[in-house]
Amino acid sequence: MTCTEFLALLDDLIDDSVTTELRGELQQHLHKCGHCEVVLNTTRKTIQIYRSHEIYDLPPTLRERLHAAIMARCKKGC
Amino acid sequence: MSTIQSIAGELEPHPDVALVSRVREGDVSAYDELVRKYERQVFRIAQHITQNREDAEDVMQDAFLKAYEKLDQFQGNSKFYTWLVRIAVNESLMRLRKRRTGKMVSIDEDIETDEGSVPRDLADWAPDPEQNYTQSELGKILEKTIKGLPPGFRVVFELRDVQGLSTEDTAEALGLSIPAVKSRLLRARLQLRERLSRYFKQKRGAKK
Repeated sequence: MTCTEFLALLDDLIDDSVTTELRGELQQHLHKCGHCEVVLNTTRKTIQIYRSHEIYDLPPTLRERLHAAIMARCKKGC
Repeated sequence: MSTIQSIAGELEPHPDVALVSRVREGDVSAYDELVRKYERQVFRIAQHITQNREDAEDVMQDAFLKAYEKLDQFQGNSKFYTWLVRIAVNESLMRLRKRRTGKMVSIDEDIETDEGSVPRDLADWAPDPEQNYTQSELGKILEKTIKGLPPGFRVVFELRDVQGLSTEDTAEALGLSIPAVKSRLLRARLQLRERLSRYFKQKRGAKK
């Protein structure tokens, strides 16, 4: 397996949607390719960081204000 | 965070189905529950597309009001949240067009870019690199980094990786094909990784 072939399957590996056989081939490539190992680990870390540090979160007071405005209009029939 | 993924499997009706039925019967409190469940997610999608706080606030309100008005048109064969995201994306794009004085803005144009498709920065990251920054610094880095991506990439990454939607639901919500979602997700992940490497890579000579 080449690095290009590995990269094409990177998402499937991260999303755990590869067959056992293919996973074995990907693992084999990782054993001998430090660069692809770094790409895999840092891509996983990228996802994990964005997932655990929610950007653009609504502050509670703004959330309540917007929520109240929506519901007030719905109750009036919009 | 709540996602729309069903844990119980395909045969269990999604809890939103009952809430939508109650709203259709005139129970506004059931809509209150739906708004509370999804308002943060809708706000984030709007912010990702418009990149403007006031616009995102307006989009969030308009999307929920439009969904309420058009609930009769909602077909039960798609999930409520997927349908709601589609409304929010359209509202966000309309808002962008207004700001750009009518210039066409679309989420489904395929952006031809090779950036990130070949990883260049191959240095390993420091262990727990985010610990080197305060919450506020990290938030700024993450915002700045994702802002550099095209809107169609940002929203696919948000739906798939942050909110946990399936590829199929993301495709339906955005009106994209499944291969288009997959292609954007890979490029979004790789571009974000590449850009974050500037901040998180291990300093030369530092011990692992």
